[in-house]
Amino acid sequence: MTIEEIQNQIVDEFSMLDDWMDKYAYLIEIGNGMAPMDEAHKTDDNLIKGCQSRVWFYAELRDDGRLYFTADSDAIITKGIAGLLIRVFSGQPPKDIVNANLDFIDKIGLTQHLSPTRSNGLLSMVKQIKYYALAYAGK
Amino acid sequence: MFDVNQIRKDFPILREQVYGKPLVYLDNGATTQKPRRVVEVMNEYYLRYNSNVHRGVHYLSNKCTDANERARTVVRDYIHAGETEEVIFTRGTTESINLVAYTFGEAFIHAGDEIVVTEMEHHANIVPWQMLCERKGAELKVVPFKDNGELDMEAFAGLMNGRVKLVAVAYVSNVLGTVNPVKRIIDAAHAVGAYALVDAAQAIQHIPIDVRELDCDFLAFSGHKIYGPTGVGVLYGKRELLEQMPPWQGGGEMIKEVRFEKTTYNELPFKFEAGTPDFIGVIGLGEAIEYVKSVGLDEIAAHEHGLIAYAMERIRQVPRIILYGDAPGKSSVVSFGLEGMHHFDLGTLLDKMGIAVRTGQLCADPVMSHYGVTGMVRASLAMYNTEEEIDALCAGLKKIERIFKM
Repeated sequence: MTIEEIQNQIVDEFSMLDDWMDKYAYLIEIGNGMAPMDEAHKTDDNLIKGCQSRVWFYAELRDDGRLYFTADSDAIITKGIAGLLIRVFSGQPPKDIVNANLDFIDKIGLTQHLSPTRSNGLLSMVKQIKYYALAYAGK
Repeated sequence: MFDVNQIRKDFPILREQVYGKPLVYLDNGATTQKPRRVVEVMNEYYLRYNSNVHRGVHYLSNKCTDANERARTVVRDYIHAGETEEVIFTRGTTESINLVAYTFGEAFIHAGDEIVVTEMEHHANIVPWQMLCERKGAELKVVPFKDNGELDMEAFAGLMNGRVKLVAVAYVSNVLGTVNPVKRIIDAAHAVGAYALVDAAQAIQHIPIDVRELDCDFLAFSGHKIYGPTGVGVLYGKRELLEQMPPWQGGGEMIKEVRFEKTTYNELPFKFEAGTPDFIGVIGLGEAIEYVKSVGLDEIAAHEHGLIAYAMERIRQVPRIILYGDAPGKSSVVSFGLEGMHHFDLGTLLDKMGIAVRTGQLCADPVMSHYGVTGMVRASLAMYNTEEEIDALCAGLKKIERIFKM
């Protein structure tokens, strides 16, 4: 699936949850269900700055020319949000990631997490993913 | 007669809704809301009388100058200082402490001297002293606290010796709510020839303060934590000390005469008030204190004592709750966590319920280290909070606890 298609799928899933509490419960579920991150990748270099919770993001370019992400956080909601981003971006070509428009965040009602002053890192996470993609896009 | 529902009417913001839910504002330790009359008096001065203080010969300037100086007498009386010259307006507690660190520090601290703080201080009462110690080759000593949030007074006594020149201590801990025995601490400091500074940022809005009875040498607080505006605070200092301290910032207001050969400095308190002060903020602070007096600080304290006892009792019943700070007689702060949950998750979900709390390190990393946590959630109370709001918090916490158990 393309980035666009996955985003639409997430928007569909969240649209079935009308209560905000259910949305967060779903995020928590996503966070809990994530594949564990390799401890070796939980380094200060992979730590995302500007978050009240600690978030690590790691990217790996595989032979298929696509970028694969893993992430972890000590806060479960943050981890769930990271999980959504991984679902959207992991396994995509770097060029598509660089050019991607992230409208699903707004559509599922998580925009408040996008504010740079919220220091919870969604914006920083997206930035970091794009940096990784930019670094690999030229290769 | 104290009636919290009447009080709440004085604070328009308390009627606001967030995410379609009534606002439950429990972040008063960070800043308190403003009663209408504080905002109105500031508006009035901006709209009708605005003019720079201590300078003009004209009507408006005199009007603002009078109001500014009247606020100084209001502060003087509120903290029971002897003289208005001992009340210096600053930008807030942090600036007040830095002023002392720079000017008292310049005149009184030398290599080999010791400065004593406690493990439960706000960063603003740690870092200025660390910087001073670095400049002067002095040493910072730390009084530890016990797990229940009480200061270890034996350890404190053990740190008192002739090398100590200053003891800087919070009256009330911004994380633990502990009301420290500042009078005992001040007396002990004086007994070894040291001076004492009290950080009253979390006390000024809750506890009657008498600087002469305490006999503290300095006391600092912020206007915005006592229902006044942001950007204005107070440093109280004993006159004989303030006289001996060199000025800090140079500029207008703090000078008597400027000659290129030598400039002479103004009298107290203006010696420490360089530049155009935030006089409208000062006027707002005066009004806020008048408001607190009109409600009655004793009545406020009684209401808040009842509320904190109720809050501690109720929060304790939340499954998996971890409480930080349970010192006897603690003030209006409850810091907590839920077992296995990140403070940020808790704060995020409480926010969605319309409940405003503080999360994170609470500007007190050493307290976090003491308990081995990366952060906490803090609910902090003010005169307008109610038992219903505590119930809302507890209900919210129980709901969150259930979500996380799923």
